[in-house]
Amino acid sequence: METYYDPADLEKFGEIGKDAPELAKKFFDYYGAVFAEGELTEREKALIALAVAHAVQCPYCIDAYTRACLDKGSNLAEMTEALHVANAIRGGASLVHGVQMRKIAEKLSM
Amino acid sequence: MDTPAVEPFRATLEKHGLSLVRGEVHTLQVNTGFLCNLRCRHCHLEAGPASKEVMSRETMEEVIAFAHRFPFRVIDITGGAPEMVPDLPFLIEGVAPLAARIMLRSNLTAMAAPAREGLLALCIAKRVVLIVSLPSTNPSQTDAQRGAGVAEAGIAMLRRLNAAGYGVDGSGLELDIVSNPTGAFLPVPQAQAEKKFRQDLLRKWGITFTRLYTFGNVPLGRFRGWLMESGNYGRYVRSLVEGFNPCTVTGLMCRSQISVSWDGCLYDCDFNLAVGRPSGGRKTHVSELRRLPPDGSPIAVGDYCYACTAGSGFT
Repeated sequence: METYYDPADLEKFGEIGKDAPELAKKFFDYYGAVFAEGELTEREKALIALAVAHAVQCPYCIDAYTRACLDKGSNLAEMTEALHVANAIRGGASLVHGVQMRKIAEKLSM
Repeated sequence: MDTPAVEPFRATLEKHGLSLVRGEVHTLQVNTGFLCNLRCRHCHLEAGPASKEVMSRETMEEVIAFAHRFPFRVIDITGGAPEMVPDLPFLIEGVAPLAARIMLRSNLTAMAAPAREGLLALCIAKRVVLIVSLPSTNPSQTDAQRGAGVAEAGIAMLRRLNAAGYGVDGSGLELDIVSNPTGAFLPVPQAQAEKKFRQDLLRKWGITFTRLYTFGNVPLGRFRGWLMESGNYGRYVRSLVEGFNPCTVTGLMCRSQISVSWDGCLYDCDFNLAVGRPSGGRKTHVSELRRLPPDGSPIAVGDYCYACTAGSGFT
């Protein structure tokens, strides 16, 4: 069955440089620098990326960073907790807007 | 089924101007058999409770005589679960005076049986180095590889070993952990994994250890079967081949060890034992060997050798 997302397309990411190679080069250089060991380890950065991948619901990123997390020594419990962090922020972002809802409702209500 | 065409391991060596030959042989590995209380999904020997291959006392006597004839620095006892071999204490007593370092590989759970209290006491008395398996500090992943309840039992045994002095600074009792990946991916670099295990084991269970080794899983036996069934074989084998690191070749274990199987036959490594590829190209019994393989003699290889040369290597 054809779908919009094909796992094999992930390996073609570099082809995005066609027709705009300079911008792609800047992006991939930056990308590489972001994920290099710095104040945070590569393992920690991969965990953050995994959480963000779920927040932005990118199947390519979820595939890539699930593998990256395992390759860099994170375990499934840590990876699952990272998702809950993303989930808590996403859920919290909705819930905290309830303050607005309540403020408006209270102003309109007796 | 995804079974990739792989350049033969020997051709890859030649392409890099390398050959795999022996250096000085200083380690004797003794595989006491394939009997094991567990059926780990990554086991290249397909060891398990139904295995009948167990080293006899007579073969142990020949192994001890062999270790008398040649000056080994390290004697490394493995299995299966060596603890289940009835005459293991006889073997340990016999080889203990013959090498500076005696190692016993344990899955932690086999040693925990009440009937094996005496074995732990013997290991302490002989200053045997314990090399124990714990793939992950996450219990569900340990259980997924080794069987339900193994993580809990293993942690309990690690605490007992710490209480007995193993892995405790200043005790002189060395406790090393081996971590194999719990799936179709390569191991984390050793120093990085050791740091993380040290933090996790101490924080979660108050456990200390001496050193951690990370070893890649070799696509043989039960692990190969799992790779095939799960559709991971092609990708995993490609990752091993693409990860070939020529710098690992000089430090490979097979260059400095000789492996004796449960029936006394000699192999260059435990993986060649798994596929029945004997040292020197023909079956030789430990009692027949008049000299150790000399420096420069060839080592039998197969495409599974890529598992030992990927990344940081199996050294």
